[in-house]
Amino acid sequence: MSQRQVLQVFEQYQRARTQFVQAVAELAARPQNIETLQNAGVMSLLRPLLLDVIPTIQQTAALALGRLANYNGDLAEAVVKGDILPQLVCSLSEQNRFYKKAAAFVLRAVGKHSPQLAQAIVQCGALEMLVICLEDFDPGVKEAASWALGYIARHNSELSQAVVDAGAVPLLVLCIQEPEIALKRIAASTLSDISKHSPELAQTVVDAGAIAHLAQMILNPDAKLKRQVLSALSQIAKHSVDLAELVVEAEIFPVVLTCLKDSDEYVKKNGATLIREIAKHTPELSQFIVNAGGVAAVIDCIGSCRGTVRLPGIMMLGYVAAHSENLSMAVIVSKGIPPLCACLIEEHEDHIKAAAAWALGQVGRHTPAHARAVAVANVLPTLLAIYMDTRSSEDLQMKTKKALKNILQKCTYLPALEPLLHDAPPNIMKHIVGQFSKMLPHDSKARRLFVTTGGLKKVQEIKAEPGSLLQEYINTINNCYPEEVVSNRVLQLIVATN
Amino acid sequence: MLTSIITFYIFRAVDEDRKIEYKAAVKIQSWFRGCRVRAYLRYLNKMVIFIQKWWRGYRSRRYFSKLVEIQKRWRGYYVRKYIHNYYALKKYLEAISVNNEIVSELQDYKEMKENEEKRKYLEKKEKEEKYQARKMHYLLSTEQIAGIYNSPFRKSPDPMELLLRKSKPLSHRQQQTKSPFDYELYDWPTCKRPPTFSTAQPLPPTGRQKPQGPFRDTTEVLRQRYKPLEPTLRVAASINSPPEKAREEMKREEWRNRIHDNEFLPFSSYHKNQKYDPSIHRSGKYGQETYGIKHFREVQPKKWVANKDFQTVLPPIVLFEKFGKTYSRAGQIV
Repeated sequence: MSQRQVLQVFEQYQRARTQFVQAVAELAARPQNIETLQNAGVMSLLRPLLLDVIPTIQQTAALALGRLANYNGDLAEAVVKGDILPQLVCSLSEQNRFYKKAAAFVLRAVGKHSPQLAQAIVQCGALEMLVICLEDFDPGVKEAASWALGYIARHNSELSQAVVDAGAVPLLVLCIQEPEIALKRIAASTLSDISKHSPELAQTVVDAGAIAHLAQMILNPDAKLKRQVLSALSQIAKHSVDLAELVVEAEIFPVVLTCLKDSDEYVKKNGATLIREIAKHTPELSQFIVNAGGVAAVIDCIGSCRGTVRLPGIMMLGYVAAHSENLSMAVIVSKGIPPLCACLIEEHEDHIKAAAAWALGQVGRHTPAHARAVAVANVLPTLLAIYMDTRSSEDLQMKTKKALKNILQKCTYLPALEPLLHDAPPNIMKHIVGQFSKMLPHDSKARRLFVTTGGLKKVQEIKAEPGSLLQEYINTINNCYPEEVVSNRVLQLIVATN
Repeated sequence: MLTSIITFYIFRAVDEDRKIEYKAAVKIQSWFRGCRVRAYLRYLNKMVIFIQKWWRGYRSRRYFSKLVEIQKRWRGYYVRKYIHNYYALKKYLEAISVNNEIVSELQDYKEMKENEEKRKYLEKKEKEEKYQARKMHYLLSTEQIAGIYNSPFRKSPDPMELLLRKSKPLSHRQQQTKSPFDYELYDWPTCKRPPTFSTAQPLPPTGRQKPQGPFRDTTEVLRQRYKPLEPTLRVAASINSPPEKAREEMKREEWRNRIHDNEFLPFSSYHKNQKYDPSIHRSGKYGQETYGIKHFREVQPKKWVANKDFQTVLPPIVLFEKFGKTYSRAGQIV
C-alpha cells in the first residue's frame, strides 16, 4: 500500500462530503424541495458538517442551513433547537471571511421570523460576534453582519436595545461612510430599524452622529440607498420635537423636496413620510416646511402618483393644516384642495380615502374663509356620498362625518350648502340647517334665494322631533319669513313660478 | 293625715320641678330670640352690600368710562397691527405662492434626470448595436459581391452596412468553462443563486444522417469520435515529464497538509498553551560560527597593494559597435 493509495481514501471521503453539502445547498435554494429535505433529516446531517475540517465544507453547510432557516419559522426553530447557534457563534470570530458571511446569513435567516427566535440568537451571545464582524476589513462581512443585526433589531425595543448595548451603533455609522453602496444601504436600514422603536434608541443613533452622514446621502443617485436613508431619517424624526429639530438642522430641507420628484415610487413615499414626521410635531416646524415650499412639492407629489405612495403626503397636508389657520390657508393657497379631492374620488382603498377626508376636514375647520375654499371645490357632496355609501368602512364613515361636521360648522357659503339639503341624513342635516338658521336672519338676498331655489320647501318637509335642536333651527328659519310664505300653498306657488 | 302627707310630698315635688322648668323655658326663649335677631341682622347686612355694590359700580363706571375707551382703542390697534395683521398675512401667502412656483421648478430637475436616463438607455442600445455589427461582420459586402444590407436595387446602402464597414470583426474567443464551485459564496448578499455544477460529459449529437458515399455506419463513427480517452498506463503515469510529476506531488502535499494542519479548533484559547520548541540545531549550547552565514572568504587587508579595488579594462568589441548598421535595416521605422 503506497501513501498515495491511503490518501486516496481520504480524498474520496472529502469529495463525497463536498458534493453532498453542495447538493444540499443547491436543493435548499428551491422552496419545493425543502419539505423533502427536512423529512430526510437534513438538519442532523448538516450539523456535524459545520464542524468539518475543510473550510469550504463548513461554509457551504452554513449556507445550506441559512437557506433552510430562511424558508420558514419552523425550520428556523429547528436550527435553534438543534444547538447549532453556539457552534456558529464560537467559530464566527475565528474563521475566514466566507465563513463569517455564511454564518451571519444563518443568523439573519433565523432571526427574521419572530422575536422569540431573535431572542434565542441574542442569548447565544451572537451580538458581540456580529459587532466584531462589523469591524472586519471585508465589506461583504460587514454587510452580512449589519443585515443580521437589523433583522434582530426590527422586532421590538428590547431586542433593539440589546443591539445598541452590544455597541453596534457607532460601527454602523462608520459603515454608512464606506464607499460600497450595498453596505451603505443595509447599514442605513439597520439604523432605521433600531431607531424606530423608542425615543431613547433614536437618541442613541443621533448621539453617534448618524444624522449628518444620512443627510449627506439624500442626493445620492442610487434610489434604493435613498429609500433607506429617508426611512432612517423619518424613523429618527418621528419620536419627539427635539429629534425632529435635529433632523431639520442637518439642512435637509430644500434637498428632500427633490426626492418627491424622484422616478422611484418608494423614494417618493419615504420622502413624504419624512416631511410628515417632521411637520406633525409643532406649528413652527410646519411653518418652516411651508416656507421652504414643502407643501407645494408634496401637493405635486400627490398629484403625480397613485395608491399608498400618496398616503404620507395626504397626512402631511392634514397635519400642517391642523396646526393653525395661517398654515391651513397656506395649504389652500398652494392649491392643495383639488388633489385631495381627487384622492377622495380616485382611490379605491378606504384608509387612503379616510386620510384624505380627515385632511380636508382639518383644512376647512378654521374660519369661514377656509370652509368656503373647501366648499367651492365641490368637496362636500363627495364627502356626503362617501359617508352614505354602505360599502365604506366604519372608520371611513366616522372620519368623513367628522370632516363634514368640521367644515359645515364654519361654512357660510350657502350655494354649496343647498344641494346637501336634499340628500343628507338627519345627523348631518342638523349642521346644515343650523348654518342656514344663523345666516338667513341677517341676509335678505340669501333669504330670497332660499325660497326660490326650493330650500325653504325642503326645510318644511323635514320631520324633526319637537323640542330637538333641529326643530329649533327650523323655527328660526321660519321666523325669518311672513306667515303666509311658510304655509305650504304659497311656497309651492313660488317654487312653481320660478 | 295620710292624705296631708301625700299632698305635701306632691307639692314639694311640684315646687322643685317649677324651678327647673322655669330655667328651661328661659333658655329656649333666649336661643330662639337670638336666632331671630341674628337672621334679621344678616338680612340687613346683605341688603346694605347690595345697595353699596350697585352704587359703587355705577360711580366707578361713570368714572372709568373714558379710561376703558382709551384702553379698548389701544388694544384693538395693537392686535390689528401686530397679531392678526390682514395685510401681512396676505403678503405672506403671496410669498408662499411665489416660493411654490420656485419649488415647482424642480420639475426641471426631474426632466433632467429623465433625460439622463434616456441618454443612458440610448448609449446602452448603441453599444449593443455595435456589438451586433461586430458579430455579424461577415455580412459586409465585398468589392465583387454586395452584402444583404447593400442591395443594388436601392439608392443608398442600409445604415447597418455603414456600421459594418466601421466595425472590426470579433476575434475568436475561448469558451470560458467556469468551475461550478467557483462562485458559490461570492454571489452575496442574496444567497439565492444555487451553485451549479456540471454533471457529466457532453452528450453525443443525435439524429445525424449517414452521408452519401462509401462511409462507415454513423453510430460506429460517433462511438469512436466520442470515446472517452483511455491512455495507457505508461502515458497516464507520465514518467517522462518530471516537472509535471513534481507539481503533482506538491499539490498532493498541500492537500495532505490541509487535512492535517488546519484542524478545526472551536476555541481560540487552544493555541495559547502551545510552547515554542526550537529545532535541534538552534537549541545546542555551542554557538554558531559566522563563517558561511555572515562571510564566505577570509579577508587579509594587510596584504592589499592599494585600498581600492582593481578596475578591469577591456577593449571594445567591434562587432557590437556595428550592430544594426552593417547588415540590415530591419526594425527601423521608415
